[in-house]
Amino acid sequence: MKPESGESPIDSDLVLELPSDVGSIEHAVEYVVRRCRDCERHAARLRLNFRVGLTEALSNAMLYGNAHDPSKRVRVEVTFGESTIRARITDQGCGFDPFSIPDPTCPENIMKPDGRGLFLMRKLLDEVCYNDQGNQVTLVLRLDPHLSSLEGGARA
Amino acid sequence: MIVRLYRRVAARLAWRPLSNREREMGFQVSRTGGVTLVEVEGQLIVGNRQELKQKVLEHLEGGDRKFVIDFANTGYIDSSGLGVLVSLSKKIREQGGELRLSSLNEDLRTLFELTKLDTLFRITDTKEQALAGF
Repeated sequence: MKPESGESPIDSDLVLELPSDVGSIEHAVEYVVRRCRDCERHAARLRLNFRVGLTEALSNAMLYGNAHDPSKRVRVEVTFGESTIRARITDQGCGFDPFSIPDPTCPENIMKPDGRGLFLMRKLLDEVCYNDQGNQVTLVLRLDPHLSSLEGGARA
Repeated sequence: MIVRLYRRVAARLAWRPLSNREREMGFQVSRTGGVTLVEVEGQLIVGNRQELKQKVLEHLEGGDRKFVIDFANTGYIDSSGLGVLVSLSKKIREQGGELRLSSLNEDLRTLFELTKLDTLFRITDTKEQALAGF
């Protein structure tokens, strides 16, 4: 995982601005997933990999980035390319060090109730990049043009 | 460019949060042969994990020690949902009880395997298997 170097805008197909309300996550994620072109062929990777990654990113942004502050918002920018989906999630918090999160699968951490969100994002998406401040994450899911709809998710 | 601008505007207009009724999420709790069965309808996510925790802890405090949480009608569990299952399992074990899980679909099994939580829980294919084995 490499930090994203700049704050350059992306030419997004879809932009959402969400309140810091975890109740809004589920519908927002469904809304984004349904807007993917060629959805049926990539249904499994969208349903599992992308949905999980986006859900966790939004949850982190609202809970930890914006610290539940209802006056702060989370911006979601999504680009649907021919072979990739790119989602950039920006919160209005101070940011954090993504390398400070320990591996939740280690025996000493497995009984801890939290710390699995970033781990799942890294496991399920092809790229997970934070900006230098740590308040913006970019998720990239690659879509194999030769993939059959019968093939499953995960394997990122 | 116009298409993209239209999509942006349409996205802003069409998106709205779902009400609790529209989400149709919930937990059905029943007692079967001395085992407390909790069936998760919809999702187990950051928005409703506390409700599940509260329901199970109420039964634990009431003396129940054997629990099955069934996911036959569950679409998705996020990391917060996984966390609450870990937390509940720990509390139930501390009281000498056990929490079993059943009916995980392929996606949910993948999440449990990636996080190695499949090593922490006894997981059965059906709720009947979980209940019968207690």
